Amino acid sequence: MNSTTQNLSAQAFATAAETAAISRGYWATVWMRLKRDKVSVACALVLLSLVLMAVFAPLLAPYDPAQGTMLKRLSAIGTTGHWLGTDELGRDMLSRLMYGGQMSLLMGLLPVFIAFLIGTSLGLVAGFFGGWWNTLIMRTTDVFFAFPAVLLAIAISGALGAGFVNAILSLTLVFIPPIARVAESVTTSVRNLDFVDAARASGANSFTIIRVHVLGNVLGPVFIYATSLVSVCMILAAGLSFLGLGVKPPVAEWGLMLNTLRQSIYVQPWISVLPGLMIFITSLCFNLLSDGLRGAMDIKR
Amino acid sequence: MSALLRVQDLKKHFPIGKDLFGRPTQVVHAVESVSFDVEKGRTLGIVGESGCGKSTTARLLMHLIEPDEGRISIRGKEFGNIGGRHPVAQLRRQMQMVFQDSYASLNPRLTIEDSIAFGPQIHGVSETLARQQARDLLDRVGLNPSVFIRRYPHELSGGQRQRVNIARALAIKPEIVILDEAVSALDKSVQAQVLNLLSDLKKEFELTYLFISHDLNVVQYISDDVMVMYLGQVVESGPVAQLYENPAHPYTRALLNSVPAQTPGQSKNYIVLEGDPPNPIAPPKGCRFHPRCQFAKAICAEKEPETVKVSGSHKAACFKLPGSVDHQTYIRLQEVSHEPRG
Repeated sequence: MNSTTQNLSAQAFATAAETAAISRGYWATVWMRLKRDKVSVACALVLLSLVLMAVFAPLLAPYDPAQGTMLKRLSAIGTTGHWLGTDELGRDMLSRLMYGGQMSLLMGLLPVFIAFLIGTSLGLVAGFFGGWWNTLIMRTTDVFFAFPAVLLAIAISGALGAGFVNAILSLTLVFIPPIARVAESVTTSVRNLDFVDAARASGANSFTIIRVHVLGNVLGPVFIYATSLVSVCMILAAGLSFLGLGVKPPVAEWGLMLNTLRQSIYVQPWISVLPGLMIFITSLCFNLLSDGLRGAMDIKR
Repeated sequence: MSALLRVQDLKKHFPIGKDLFGRPTQVVHAVESVSFDVEKGRTLGIVGESGCGKSTTARLLMHLIEPDEGRISIRGKEFGNIGGRHPVAQLRRQMQMVFQDSYASLNPRLTIEDSIAFGPQIHGVSETLARQQARDLLDRVGLNPSVFIRRYPHELSGGQRQRVNIARALAIKPEIVILDEAVSALDKSVQAQVLNLLSDLKKEFELTYLFISHDLNVVQYISDDVMVMYLGQVVESGPVAQLYENPAHPYTRALLNSVPAQTPGQSKNYIVLEGDPPNPIAPPKGCRFHPRCQFAKAICAEKEPETVKVSGSHKAACFKLPGSVDHQTYIRLQEVSHEPRG
């Protein structure tokens, strides 16, 4: 009985291994190469733990992030019960950093993700169809390029008013033009390759050509670029919150925490640094991961 | 016997540079009044130096570039995007193309199998059947399907990739295959293998080839008929043996003469063409070849020579030929002296 089970599982394993070897597609190869890169794996693990920490903050956090006591204001790091100290209103720093991750990560990822979808579509249309479409889309994005990203985000947020949704909206608008431009240039170079002509000669229409032959070749480079923008977006989001244009107190968000702890820098400098450190670690990991991804996706190497 | 593929007065001018109102300021005369017939089962070789419009002609035939003028018909059915003609989609089922750059003409993200099975699926063949056909075709072009089916283009050598491209073109079951410099990028031994493969496939699938190349030896080997192009025009055409043995046009003569001597040590009196081919943006008046022609006379710069019969189906466009209307005028004229080259 036992040996039969073993045999069966061994067989199943062999078949699975075979299938894996045969059907190992492009993304499986990328995944395998990424796994071999120690820096990327380390960054991915750090990011994963940050995300888990943020998601499970209600379960993990030792205190309510909004509740504080004036008696315990600005306790030092290492205080019993508050291992990362307390902030200027006596709220537990560890809990606030955990909860803050929810907002900060969301504000770093969501705008870039939405901009990735919209920007890639715009860039694909502009690059593939060229001519009048290209002029319309690319000249419009050029208008956005006339302003520095920070200024643009602040201006749009300021015009729309403070708040989470408006901050996301303004950041999305800031990131659409650069993504569209990268997507357009990649699409233009792919469109001129012979395999697109060969596909057209096979009788395929533009939609099928974009879906099968262009998208796969454009998505990679644009995705790499977008991951590198996540860190910029986080910093911009933190900046908006710092200026009071993002989320509002008492919500925990790393940028906002940095702002409110600013005044305490002479009393408890290390506590003031903590939210900034979180932003730094997260953006560093995103940048390094995007670098690793670029290497893993360069299939010709 | 009527022709399988008939091309009449194919013309393409590319606008370059635009003024304030989007009107072209200059045009490249890429292909000018190109006409030819190809009979079923034959191979037409198209030769000429770079920039003479060979590849543009191929792309015009496939409607990858829209022709300005001209008729393309297969078995008397005319194809095109103009109303009243049969749709281009139908043309593309009967005519396929193999490109020069074997790497750029395969999608790097698709496996060999996916690339070959793509075309038939567009034409409604089920995925399973298309994949089965892809395996059969791979086997037919000399690549073991079980080894290559899941490979990506970058894992193959140039010769292997070009075999895949040939399989991809054949997957749609065309009657005519355009081979645009298909073996030019391969080294000599691989070239020979691929040429032999092409000959075998031609017999097996009853194909008709349009073989575009700048390599005169290869064209002589594979073609039944040859067409020589110069600056977007056909200067001479005819059966390969006649044209190679008895070239009628001075350009063809110079071109064939440029093939290096086959015996080492043997010296050869080369006809040296002076200068680069003239600019296709402002092609010379009269015969387009006259600025480089050693036989050029005044009339050559004035009037464009018409295409006349040399013998049988061998035709050329030159005033030197006795069949030409202005031949007598040409004979009486003094030769234009060329400046000695410095």
